[in-house]
Amino acid sequence: MLKRALSNTSLMVGGTISATILILAIFAPVFATHGVEQMDMANRFAGPSWEHFIGTDNFGRDLWTRMIYGARISLTIALLSVVSAAAIGTVVGLAAGYFGGWIDLLLMRVTDIFLGFPALILALSVVAVMGPGVYNVAIALILVFWTEYARVVRATTLVLREQAYIAAAKTLGASWRRILFREILPNAMGPIIVLATLGLGTAVIAESAMSFLGFGVPPPEPTWGWTLAYGTRFMRDDPWLSIVSGLAIMITVLGFNLLGDGLRDLLDPRQLSRSDRAPRGSAAR
Amino acid sequence: MIAYILRRLLLLLPMAAGMIVVTFGLLLLIPGDPASVLLGPEATPDQIARLRDRLGLNDPWYVQLGLYFGNVAQGDLGMSIFQSQPVLTVIFDRLGATIELAVAALLIATVIGVTLGILAATRQGSWIDTACMLFAQLGVSMPVYWLGILLMLLFAVTLGWLPSIGRGEPIVDALGAALTGRPGVLLDSLAHLLMPAIALGANSAAIISRLVRTAMLEVLREDFVRTAYSKGLRRRRVMLGHVFRNALMPVISIIGLRFGILLGGAVLTEQIFGWPGLGQLTITAISQRDLQLIQGVLLSFGLIFALVNLVVDLAYAAIDPRVRLG
Repeated sequence: MLKRALSNTSLMVGGTISATILILAIFAPVFATHGVEQMDMANRFAGPSWEHFIGTDNFGRDLWTRMIYGARISLTIALLSVVSAAAIGTVVGLAAGYFGGWIDLLLMRVTDIFLGFPALILALSVVAVMGPGVYNVAIALILVFWTEYARVVRATTLVLREQAYIAAAKTLGASWRRILFREILPNAMGPIIVLATLGLGTAVIAESAMSFLGFGVPPPEPTWGWTLAYGTRFMRDDPWLSIVSGLAIMITVLGFNLLGDGLRDLLDPRQLSRSDRAPRGSAAR
Repeated sequence: MIAYILRRLLLLLPMAAGMIVVTFGLLLLIPGDPASVLLGPEATPDQIARLRDRLGLNDPWYVQLGLYFGNVAQGDLGMSIFQSQPVLTVIFDRLGATIELAVAALLIATVIGVTLGILAATRQGSWIDTACMLFAQLGVSMPVYWLGILLMLLFAVTLGWLPSIGRGEPIVDALGAALTGRPGVLLDSLAHLLMPAIALGANSAAIISRLVRTAMLEVLREDFVRTAYSKGLRRRRVMLGHVFRNALMPVISIIGLRFGILLGGAVLTEQIFGWPGLGQLTITAISQRDLQLIQGVLLSFGLIFALVNLVVDLAYAAIDPRVRLG
């Protein structure tokens, strides 16, 4: 397993990017070179230098510092929403897949209804009525994200419940709780972890999109999306602000996507990686 | 086939009912009294009471839900408070622009995605494959609003080739003008449409290219491909006639599903490029907390989404008999 992990480029590159950003975000006060709000009007829109690694904004505030504090907000919301959505979706999927019948019918129809709305519009509508803020943005994203887990876990459960070891557990008198959470759930964890990793990328994009539109976590918090939107005001002469914050979002999302792709190859051998799918010779003729 | 269509249409009804309940449920999420939230802090108690009465907020929630159901069933989505027009009228005025943008984006995404997918699959393992898949990975990771801004920076601000915001004449009208000897109108419409459509379609292009590549590689392993080769058919013939045709099925379904996603994704693109569609309307409604308009937009998007998915499924069933019989 370790050998396969080390030779998986997506996994290693994605893992490195994700881990770096996570560490920068957690230890932001350690890595910050300036105060988040510390202004330096003589150095407005400065380019990268030793003093300011990636330059400054329109108030001469250090962009490196603001970006790693922005990472804190994005990652907090992403982790909060993805973990909660995965938990809710998993319980729904387990119940629907295992019990079947009207429980399955009811739960899946509800899932379909939520899945039927365009994600961003549903999330925006929820934040519109509840008001902005870290928790409200996270709740909006949970409402959007849980459906995917419900569907995938239900499909996995449908397969797993027919396995011999489940029949054996039933014969031994195991309760449904024990079967669901001790027998089925551990074997369904692979797809859940893959989905959740890819979901982190989606959550970062969605959170930034909401901040970009002005409905996310409100300023003065240095969110990436808001900085990007704010930067467009100076785009004609100083596009740097928008470019840097966009890059921060893209690198983070790229990291989670690569990590998710790599994990899929590693944890879900039935879905072999793209490069493993067909014998090379057949296509190269 | 007719039985299948009827069954699917019937299934749409509980779905629509559920969507109405969710849309109605938005009201319950408002902290405090919706009427005072809507009117803001300066409202007098009298104004609040009148709005409460108008919105039916004094009734118990199940009566409100029943009334909402009845109204929606008659095509009445309420009044937009800030635009002083029926919600349905406001939505219909904007729908055309969004559909135009989404169709253009889907066309671009399909052409780019399918081309790159075929290129990558037929040259698996080569630098072309790597380059195509790198593009796909970037396309999936790049936020649409950032791509939009970068495009604007390059083509509108720096090069000055394309207009940065706004919409020309609707494409259908512009086509008519072009046919009557005024091609400038059409060119202007296309120039306005190009950047938003690319920004909106890039993500779908990336996803479609990955899917086409995977689907083609899967088909490449089939016995009939080996047979085709051993019959002495040329590679191009096998690739396009045998492999691509069979790889097309999952691609068609994903392209259809992307259309719904593009309609929803238009929110960001329309906001950046000042495109006067449903997405921009959504943002306006949300910033003004125009509640009935928000509900109307959400419900319309959901229903359009469901209808598009239905059409895709039906098309799929028409192509592949296994679907409707299974």
